Amino acid sequence: MKARVIVSFKDEVLDPQGLTIKNALHSLGYKFIKDVRQGKVFDIEIDGISVEDARKYLQEIADKVLANPVIEKFHWEIIEK
Amino acid sequence: MKFGVVIFPGSNCDYDTYYVLKEVLNQDTIFLWHKDHDLKGVDAIILPGGFSYGDYLRTGAIAKFSPLMREVKEFALKGGLVLGICNGFQILLEMGLLPGAMLRNKNLKFLCQFVYLRVENPDTPFTKLCKKHQVLKIPIAHFDGNYYAPPEIMEKLKRNNQIVLRYSTSKGEITEEANVNGSMENIAGIINEKGNVMGLMPHPERASEKILGSEDGQYIFKSMINSWIK
Repeated sequence: MKARVIVSFKDEVLDPQGLTIKNALHSLGYKFIKDVRQGKVFDIEIDGISVEDARKYLQEIADKVLANPVIEKFHWEIIEK
Repeated sequence: MKFGVVIFPGSNCDYDTYYVLKEVLNQDTIFLWHKDHDLKGVDAIILPGGFSYGDYLRTGAIAKFSPLMREVKEFALKGGLVLGICNGFQILLEMGLLPGAMLRNKNLKFLCQFVYLRVENPDTPFTKLCKKHQVLKIPIAHFDGNYYAPPEIMEKLKRNNQIVLRYSTSKGEITEEANVNGSMENIAGIINEKGNVMGLMPHPERASEKILGSEDGQYIFKSMINSWIK
């Protein structure tokens, strides 16, 4: 089973790296770029548990380890069963 | 007084901190290995600067799961003195022993320079030998020291006088230019509500001898010693 967890800054948290990327894109002429937010992607392989359990643990792992809930939000999905 | 300096894989200010406590301030000082389970009877714990676990995932994020940190947490919750310097501060935030989080410096640069800090709260075990609004000259060396806290937490920090050190000018003025990393409210160091756990981004161990350009870092360590004796 394969899962993907995406962690990104909460909307209210300033992302200086995303801002710098946006400015670079503007200087290259891509003026239509309104905003860039940088995040992290975790591709995770899971073995030996049910899909139902995997869902439960992914939520737990993302909240406890992969994201810092003070500044980050996360989204996970199972991409291959 | 017996100090314990915790070593994680990637700590790099552990020996500097040990040296200052042991050789400069003549305190009984030992190293504590992050995989141990024993605090060996220390009176205070220092989480030193560095790049524990290579800053992987987030600064301090992996170190909090080290076996010894369970004991450190218990020690802190019982009222033991814990000081987190730089990466140590980041670890305390990740552990939830201090509120808030660190973002990348606003200019996206690693900052390694002397800064001036204004003492906002001298009524702590870490600053009791300072006067209110005294200015300390201590260096910083970090990539992620841009302190962030959600509004309700910031309100609480202010209300409880938990903001201990703020980046200032040499004259003690709190300005935007002095706020080198972009921290909210120019925050350089905070303390927990109980008043026994403090974190700061500047490195007092790098400013505890005249030959290094400043002895102001001694105020932090000597305050701890002084408050333990009393």
